[in-house]
Amino acid sequence: MEDTLFILNGKETPFKPGQMILEAARNGGIEIPTLCYLKGAAPTGACRICLVEVKGARSLMAACSTPVSPGMEVFTDTEQVHKARKLNVELLLAAGRHNCLMCEANGNCRLQDLAYFYKITKLQFPEKELSDIYPVEDENPFIVRDFSRCILCGRCVQACNELVVNRAISQGYRGSESKIVTGGDQPYNNSECVFCGQCVEVCPTGALTEKKARGLGRAWETQKIRTTCPYCGVGCQQWLHIKDGRIVKVTAVEDAQPNQGRLCVKGRFAYDFIYSEDRLKTPLIREAEGGFREASWDEALDLVAEKFKEIIKKNGPDAIAGVSCARSINEDSYQMQKLFRAVIGTNNIDHCART
Amino acid sequence: MILIVGSNMTEAHPVAATFVKDAVLGGAQLIVVDPRRTDLVDFANLHVPIKVGSDVAFINGVMNVLISENLYDKKYVESCTIGFEELRQKVMEYPPERAAAISGVSAEMIREVARRLASVKPAMLMYTLGITEHVCGVNNVMSCANLQMLLGNVGFECGGVNPLRGQNNVQGACDMGALPNVFPGYQRVDNEQAREKFRKAWKVKSLPDKPGLMMPTMMEGLTTGKIKGFYVFGENLANTEPDIHHVEHCLQSAEFLVCQDIFPTETTRFAHVILPAAAWSENDGTFTSSERRVNRVRTASVPPGEAKPNWWIFKEIAGRMGHKWKSANAREIWDNEVSVLAPSLAGIKYSRLENDGLQWPAPSEDHPGTATLHKDGCFTCGLGVLKAIDWIPPAEVPDEDYPLVLSTGRRLYHYHTRTQTGRSSGINELLPEETADISAADAEAKGIVDGEMISVKSRRGEVAVKARITRQVPQGLVWMAFHFREACANWLTNPVYDPVTQTAEYKACAVRIDKLKAMTLAENECNEV
Ligand code: SF4
Ligand code: SF4
Ligand code: SF4
Ligand code: FES
Repeated sequence: MEDTLFILNGKETPFKPGQMILEAARNGGIEIPTLCYLKGAAPTGACRICLVEVKGARSLMAACSTPVSPGMEVFTDTEQVHKARKLNVELLLAAGRHNCLMCEANGNCRLQDLAYFYKITKLQFPEKELSDIYPVEDENPFIVRDFSRCILCGRCVQACNELVVNRAISQGYRGSESKIVTGGDQPYNNSECVFCGQCVEVCPTGALTEKKARGLGRAWETQKIRTTCPYCGVGCQQWLHIKDGRIVKVTAVEDAQPNQGRLCVKGRFAYDFIYSEDRLKTPLIREAEGGFREASWDEALDLVAEKFKEIIKKNGPDAIAGVSCARSINEDSYQMQKLFRAVIGTNNIDHCART
Repeated sequence: MILIVGSNMTEAHPVAATFVKDAVLGGAQLIVVDPRRTDLVDFANLHVPIKVGSDVAFINGVMNVLISENLYDKKYVESCTIGFEELRQKVMEYPPERAAAISGVSAEMIREVARRLASVKPAMLMYTLGITEHVCGVNNVMSCANLQMLLGNVGFECGGVNPLRGQNNVQGACDMGALPNVFPGYQRVDNEQAREKFRKAWKVKSLPDKPGLMMPTMMEGLTTGKIKGFYVFGENLANTEPDIHHVEHCLQSAEFLVCQDIFPTETTRFAHVILPAAAWSENDGTFTSSERRVNRVRTASVPPGEAKPNWWIFKEIAGRMGHKWKSANAREIWDNEVSVLAPSLAGIKYSRLENDGLQWPAPSEDHPGTATLHKDGCFTCGLGVLKAIDWIPPAEVPDEDYPLVLSTGRRLYHYHTRTQTGRSSGINELLPEETADISAADAEAKGIVDGEMISVKSRRGEVAVKARITRQVPQGLVWMAFHFREACANWLTNPVYDPVTQTAEYKACAVRIDKLKAMTLAENECNEV
């Protein structure tokens, strides 16, 4: 057998040296469920949901952290595999309190999906006592941490430390006391956290959710529209989650260039300025006494055109100048320079490239 | 190897910074050249805290070492560049000891930077406004280019000279010709053929052939009466430009000021007509990022009230001035005009922008776009030009009356004048006010404690602002942002400009700090009661 092939569910399948079973299987078109696996970070093998059978191995193996070897025989779909995975889901359910009705992540939760897939209809083990669970922490404006729904998969810790490298959180305490903590176990807003929300992005359950999105729409009620961040020049790709024509929350587009599933605090949480009551809603014209009065588009545009024509006639086109906007879309800047060059007849057009 | 000069990436370009940090975790070396101890310094092999405005001297010193110690890329320099001899002579005037005296770091450190840079290939250089916002901004940029060419690092993936753009669409506004000397696609207005091409496309009798004014000159023109009508689209000049008192005087002088914006701002107060515009997610369109990537922006919600897309407003004004424009939406503007007229964008059509966009130049519709410019050292204009550059100090340097340097920039949680972030719920909670960041030593000298309101004063203005004592800032430096109106750094900044780009020297002016005596008194009284 060639040293780049292994046998996946009875079929010869190629793999790349060093690849884990999970990735090789996914490349071969076989999906293996995961909870803790995070692309781009070192596998931790924490959740044991990705278990597979490897011929000759004494126990089931975690696909995310077991490297493929040439000729290895792997089974992903056996009774033993499914029994073990189901048991692990049941254990995870019991380790917290997963009341989906009241969870912000309902409909967008990998644990819920697995419980459904394995047709779990009643809890095999008693749920953890509420008194044994750390209280919800939501002192900051953006992120709710609900420890009753935390399965300690560690994805948030990996995202914070290995992807965005803000080093704000880590695994704390031991055993049944385990908790994801900031330095000194302080609330997020008293920690190194910079509110990029990457931990929320990767959390597979409702343990970390967006505070501003709370109650505004379930996953199945919202529509996703891809767009580009309006802040800095990195140009991160975002999903706008829309319900009834309103942005409910913003997440990153996974695998997209240039941000590869990442956003910063502005891109993720500073989207609702567009709904501010302060928005300009109608054209305004200055009155003689100095205040402004509302005007129709026709009146305002006529006034601008007339004034410009008057200035051109009296002082020439170079007596008019304009500054375009480095935040607005390309098409707007194009139109403005065209207005200045082709209509007004001056090259006095610039923008704030310099700030 | 990554060299970052004058860029506080973790705050200004946070996601780009995550990739730099990833690279460091993956084993890349990082050198941070910045007067402040920015957050990225925690990840750096070397922090080079040069004095504000000493970049050219520092880089000349590094190049001096590269040449004296024979560490530069001779093959690259010979085959891909011209001007080496002039450069060599100039940088020989900057032995490390002299460069060290100007830049405030040791000669040994300059040597180490040179040796480290020469040891790994390719090395990527990234810079932001710390380089450009100086009277010698262009010289600073050319120095960065000199350094990278000398090292043979231009034209390779993970190499090159990479500016990070402050605003989401600065790149695009330039590409679109919102500049006084070029049409879309950087075709010069003083070029007969270019003019003829645009004249035909826009169906007009003639087009102006003399380059127009840059913004600072426009503003001056308002006070002299040379400029009568001023059209400000989406910029809050009254807060973003240096020396607010002066800027407001200019705006006040306009005979006719049109402001087009999504919010009332400090600038719209001076307008004669205010036009309400649709915002970001209320439009279809495109942004172009720092890496020349044209990305789609899509409509998600409707504009409030009667606000209209900006392109529509311009089209309507053109119509009322006797010019009927055909394109009736952003897609038509791009597909039928922009990409037809700008050769580097010819291959970019909306139909090709569905996923990750495209990086220009993309000259034809089957072109995949261009990730790296000047591939393998092949410069678009033939050979890369090495330029001999002399260091000049900032226009205003500290003296007895104003003994400290003020440098300005941005903070993580806010964006520019907060017209957007200030109105996004939660952001103000994380950063509710401006601070003047100062060193413990300067604070102690004045008896200032952390969190106390102090006065920061320059020859142009004075603000009362909270002192933040931090080890990020070296002695002799005050650091502020311009996010908040009252304590906006631009009451203080110096309106002097790079002669070529007219970029203002936001990064350096002279100030003094003092305790706010009246306040402390009042506070004491309160305490006693
Ligand atoms: S908070 Fe979410 S991502 Fe983090 S460990 Fe808990 S379940 Fe996993
Ligand atoms: S928001 Fe970002 S910085 Fe804060 S804990 Fe989450 S991943 Fe880390
Ligand atoms: S998400 Fe942050 S880093 Fe990305 S474009 Fe927006 S502001 Fe820049
Ligand atoms: S995904 Fe493999 S152990 Fe969690």
